[in-house]
Amino acid sequence: MRGPIFILRDPLKCTGCRLCEVACSLKKERAVWPEASRIRVYELFPGVDVPHTCAQCRDYPCVKACQFGALRVDDVTGAVLVDAEKCTSCGSCVRACPGKVMRLHPGTGKAMVCDLCGGDPECVRACREAGFNALTVIPYDRVSYNVYSVVPDEVHRRLYETLFGG
Amino acid sequence: MGALYGYAGRLLEVDLSREKVSVVELEPEVLEKYVGGRGLAAYLLWRELGSRWREVDPLGPENILLFLTGPLTGYYPGVKLAVSGKSPQSNGIVGSVLSSEVALELRAAGYDGLVVRGRASSPVYIYVEGERVEIRDAGRLWGLGGRETFESLMRELWGELKRKHMAREGLTKEPSFVYIGPAGENRVRTAAVMAKLAHAAGYGGYGAVMGSKNLKAVAVKGFGPMPPAKRPEAVKLLIREAWRRLTARTTFRQWGTSAGGYYFGAVTSSEPVRNWQEEWHASRSFGQQYFEAHWVKRYWGDYGCPTTCMKISRVRGAVTDGPDYELQAYLGANLGVFEPKSCIYLASRVDDLGLCGIQTGNVMGFAAELYQRGILTKEDLGFELRWGDAEAFARLAEMIARREGLGDVLAEGVYRAALRISREKGVDALRYAVHSKGVGIGAHGVRSGKDFLPDFSYAASTQGGDHTSAPDATTGFGGELWSAFADSAVICFFNMIDDLAFDMLYAVTGFDIDKERWTREHGRRILTIQRVALLEGGPDVRWRPGVDDDLPPRFYEPLPSGPFKGRAPSREEVARKRAEYFRFMGWDENGIPLDETLEELDLGFLKPAVARLRGTGREH
Repeated sequence: MRGPIFILRDPLKCTGCRLCEVACSLKKERAVWPEASRIRVYELFPGVDVPHTCAQCRDYPCVKACQFGALRVDDVTGAVLVDAEKCTSCGSCVRACPGKVMRLHPGTGKAMVCDLCGGDPECVRACREAGFNALTVIPYDRVSYNVYSVVPDEVHRRLYETLFGG
Repeated sequence: MGALYGYAGRLLEVDLSREKVSVVELEPEVLEKYVGGRGLAAYLLWRELGSRWREVDPLGPENILLFLTGPLTGYYPGVKLAVSGKSPQSNGIVGSVLSSEVALELRAAGYDGLVVRGRASSPVYIYVEGERVEIRDAGRLWGLGGRETFESLMRELWGELKRKHMAREGLTKEPSFVYIGPAGENRVRTAAVMAKLAHAAGYGGYGAVMGSKNLKAVAVKGFGPMPPAKRPEAVKLLIREAWRRLTARTTFRQWGTSAGGYYFGAVTSSEPVRNWQEEWHASRSFGQQYFEAHWVKRYWGDYGCPTTCMKISRVRGAVTDGPDYELQAYLGANLGVFEPKSCIYLASRVDDLGLCGIQTGNVMGFAAELYQRGILTKEDLGFELRWGDAEAFARLAEMIARREGLGDVLAEGVYRAALRISREKGVDALRYAVHSKGVGIGAHGVRSGKDFLPDFSYAASTQGGDHTSAPDATTGFGGELWSAFADSAVICFFNMIDDLAFDMLYAVTGFDIDKERWTREHGRRILTIQRVALLEGGPDVRWRPGVDDDLPPRFYEPLPSGPFKGRAPSREEVARKRAEYFRFMGWDENGIPLDETLEELDLGFLKPAVARLRGTGREH
């Protein structure tokens, strides 16, 4: 898909299998490494699974927060890209992220976030091939104008109510 | 040996008596021989306790409790943790496996497993966060049921992780834990080690061992990768291929084993019904569609696994997994309960108490048969215990978990309870105890000959009644040799695709072990240690070689009903196949390993025990 994209998540379809995490870390780290996966599924209660990754907020608070010019937005996909050379591991971007998606890499300590795999995300492929389709790539212009990431606890709370009642 | 691949190469050791934490290196030669999980557990337990095995009390501080991963943990689809120690059920070594991300987190923290020794002076839990290891007070968790334990630990530790890391490194993933319910705390021999809500390592009774150590839970959060594989590119391809093949299994994905409640009763006639008085029922009410009606419409799997065998059901406010086939059978048909809602309710109660649904369903069915026969009375129980009365069985489960009244006797498991009731009532209650080596038999009977296990299997198994690890043929790779691989590589045996699993082991570790070599060498080596430990037994229970390698009496009673009415194994056939299997394993006619087998498998250290066993063999 050309142009800015968005990974649409449907927590109701997520089984908590975390193939997305395995696929992501295999691609990015050549290892199975859950803490280094750019996408993560939180399971704060058995069976209530919350897929969590970058939403590419329109105002990019992480990019704005970086004083070292280490973050920029990809012209084509709209992903946040990290320049590891410039990153000082100060954590400003981590604090600026509304959904606490942005992190420092557990090995290198550099800022780490989903780069959308250049437009063909590995996590989405794994989810689709497993037949779950909890993750789908859509053009960003189909996303409502005010998308921002949300902390997993918040999604978890609502999902729990949906599944089991309040 | 070159560099070590697929392992951290070290175990974390926590001595609860001395409040001491240490790290132990694992020799590469040992890993190549025993692989991990169940195999490594058998070796480590025997190395340390073998010379005084008969004296070691499984519920005493001298027992060692192991939580081990394997080289395929985190790589092969599905995530399993192998729990072991000297079993308070069989008094041998049982490799008891449950699904838990604790396995993944231990590897991410840089360990292949956790060894727990001693006994804490008051309730504690072990907390591992990266390099930090703490023994923490669990006073406020003690006495809590499963769900409350889970929620309390998650609230507390998730909050702690956020406080410590969110402002700088960012949000970590949640921690994982295994824990015990009230049953484990009270050292009930049918208590399980639990994870999430209904994931349980039930066979072996290691929940009671945790309780005996005053250990309520183990919580782990690691941050690193899985130990590097030798051939990462091959591993990646194999993972993809495993996902592809597992995804193709549409029926299992839809139902898991939950379609069994009707199938094994009506079709194969091998389901426990009213304490195995029958193995046939044709209650359509017990079909998967009636269970499915109670499922929260959400398919659920564990880490790295495209198979969504788990189902979340919600009944009367209780949330539970499934129940899967085993619990449908043991907390359903075996108790005369043929109504899914009641079965789900019972499963949720039993899970929350931290009881093994199989073992507890077995001992409750035993009690109900004694009640049916007038051996146990309302005076003994305090209430009527009629088949099908889910409320009465829920009450009994509670009594067992809390060791109240007759529950204290039943909490000893079906074999020990039968011994005591026989003594006190002057009857032969062992006739109604459906177990092998103190382990209640899984919900797959052998009388009809239509289920997956042959007639002699439970008689010859090193894990007694464990249906996931019993011989399924007298020779070759299968049965317990097969599960010993799954339990040692530590993968889910429902996901085990033989060629991929061995290829993956090679790609991850570089160990040149194929199916044939596993059967000849590794599998036999592991089972031989388990067999010797089982026969050594003690201190309260010992099994007579040959004599106790038999089916429970019930399985020789002809099936009274169903399409296979009249069928029962013949004693001669069972004896013949058992002998054939023992021969294949390199054991004598009583199942005592031959000296040449010990030489061949490099198990010279078993010789003193084997010599002792030969002495015992003659006594009988």
